[in-house]
Amino acid sequence: MKKTYKIEVDCANCANKMEAAAKATEGVADCVVNFMALKMNVEFEENADPKGVMEKVLKNCKKVEDDCEIYL
Amino acid sequence: MNKKQKKVLIRICITILMLILIVSSMHFCGNLIEDRPLLKLAMYMIPYLTIGYDILRKAFRGIIKRQLFDESFLMAVATIGAIALGEYLEGVAVMLFYQIGELFQSYAIGKSRRNISELMDIRPDYANLVTGNSASRVDPDEVNIGDVIEVAPGEKIPIDGVVIFGKSSLNTSALTGESLPREVTEGSEVMSGCINMTSLIRIRTTKEFGESTASKILELVENASSRKSKSENFISKFARIYTPAVCIGALALAFLPPVIMMLMGKDTDIKTWVLRALTFLVISCPCALVISIPLSFFAGIGGAGRLGILIKGSNYMETLAKTDVVVFDKTGTMTKGVFEVTKVKSVGVSEEELLRLTSLAESYSTHPISRSIIAHYEDKYKTEVCKDKVLEVNEVGGKGVNAVIDGHQVSVGNAKLMHDEGINADGLSKVNGAGANGSASKDKEAFDTALSAEGSSAQTGTVVHVSIDGAYAGYILISDVIKETAVSAVERLRKAGVGKLVMLTGDSKAAANEIADTLKVDEVYSELLPEDKVSHVEELMTAKKSGRSLCFVGDGINDAPVLARADIGIAMGALGSDAAIEAADVVLMDDDPVKIALSIKIARKCIRIVYENIYFAIGIKVLCLILGALGIANMWWAIFADVGVMVLAVLNAIRALFNK
Repeated sequence: MKKTYKIEVDCANCANKMEAAAKATEGVADCVVNFMALKMNVEFEENADPKGVMEKVLKNCKKVEDDCEIYL
Repeated sequence: MNKKQKKVLIRICITILMLILIVSSMHFCGNLIEDRPLLKLAMYMIPYLTIGYDILRKAFRGIIKRQLFDESFLMAVATIGAIALGEYLEGVAVMLFYQIGELFQSYAIGKSRRNISELMDIRPDYANLVTGNSASRVDPDEVNIGDVIEVAPGEKIPIDGVVIFGKSSLNTSALTGESLPREVTEGSEVMSGCINMTSLIRIRTTKEFGESTASKILELVENASSRKSKSENFISKFARIYTPAVCIGALALAFLPPVIMMLMGKDTDIKTWVLRALTFLVISCPCALVISIPLSFFAGIGGAGRLGILIKGSNYMETLAKTDVVVFDKTGTMTKGVFEVTKVKSVGVSEEELLRLTSLAESYSTHPISRSIIAHYEDKYKTEVCKDKVLEVNEVGGKGVNAVIDGHQVSVGNAKLMHDEGINADGLSKVNGAGANGSASKDKEAFDTALSAEGSSAQTGTVVHVSIDGAYAGYILISDVIKETAVSAVERLRKAGVGKLVMLTGDSKAAANEIADTLKVDEVYSELLPEDKVSHVEELMTAKKSGRSLCFVGDGINDAPVLARADIGIAMGALGSDAAIEAADVVLMDDDPVKIALSIKIARKCIRIVYENIYFAIGIKVLCLILGALGIANMWWAIFADVGVMVLAVLNAIRALFNK
């Protein structure tokens, strides 16, 4: 399953870091962060609960970049 | 500028003022300050904290979360280090320029985001839903298929549909880049995103808002930059290695040389080496690289969108730029795909009379060929066909029409019908030969083709013969015409450096060769079934130069498998055809073949900018690292390598937005 979320982040490298952090999160099969459109496309693993996974993704992203936001 | 940016701008101005004050006071009463180190430190700490407090706070949080390669952390280390070593001015200046760079970057990106969304300003905000006799303003999402909406002059059409009332001209430039207005009347299909210009029209919707053209296009453009190109992936990988590598380099630079020199028994100045290491930290930030690449692609895709070229991803931009072979379909791509009268040959009567009688005889028919003759007559002589004059009409199945007009027996149809009327092929060619100097053989050929194809749409054209009162009166040739811009489209492709041009078509050899000769393509394959097209494209793909790509252009109606198979599939005139938009990588919103060369040109420019930025940014950074290690480049150079390069790269990236 794929979902798109709006994000808020200031720098392009931070967006790359968020992408890496989201990819490493359990339940995420793949993730692309589009810095120019400020969007995050997340592909979830089968049987994953998007809501729970996204909370973890947000937590991991906050870890690498304090100033980011994902609008769940 | 938003609030956040304004705040930073004010801090930057205050800091600059304070620095000027400090520098001038040092100039006039330097000794007084130099004697009091604490006073000097305090004087510099005020601007330093003013400009850098948020970076320091972020750095502190980074340490807690163990993010050692965080930009803020690196900047904090570099500046605090410089201040600790007594280089006060450098410390404050690095922080100041870093903030200026960040501000510029966020401003430039915000600006280009807005620019591009303005270019693609086709999103309708509301729809005027007609219920009973009145219209009410509603959210376009609430309109169902089959509802009637009203569009006043100056308003955007919110949803695709068919005009049921009114006549107007539409401005389609936001969709197609075409500035000529499109005339619509009752029965015309209209697309959302067009602007109604002259008068009020009512439209019966045929799609939901989300499925309408405007929504689809916006979705496509917004998602385009999510498909990342090789260069983007390269840069993000590079950034991941670059920062740690430079930091380790800095650490080594600070301690290795002094230790080695000490072991060799020489005097060393550890301060020099630590300062050089701090210079490294300032250069270690990968921002210039990381921002300029996606920004270039974003600008390139946006700029192409403005010209009616939708590129579905940054990766396609890259492949498109490498195009060496262009394969295109004939019908609908290079030709209009509709019938038009291309030749009228009258015998014994005037051309106008021939067309008039034929139009009248055909006036009850809805066949595309009949329609094209009538349209040609009405258009050429600015009249309207009046059915009243037609007394008797007999349709002869598979042959044509017999009619009585103004007391004359008029027969319009194929050669078989002529045969029935007592006129045979030999007689015809003689008649033609007598009347048309030199072109007799061609006319004979046309007639033969008509004979062999039995009046169905023969490939070089369909011939409609006319006889009046049993005497041959001439013929009208109807064929699929080549697009006005097709020849120049091919020329431009050659100019753009495309190595090979190939035309594929399902049509007959004669028709294909004729068009191929006019267009001057390198190879032509005719009489192909859709699956043959795929295998031909596959053959061409194995034959092409490695590292280059093959681009297929089709009208998207029955080319979906080929569009998908080629390196790059371009669908043209594909507005409204979901299957084509789905299968293609590049969508040309109008059907002008010149746009093929234009899209290749745009892609090449964009990729050139991307490479310029990559080489320029990495080059300057590496150069400054080397000079910094040797002690030639100081912190001021490092600031340029970081902020200056970023500013230049961003400005260069924005160039991709503008195409001529």
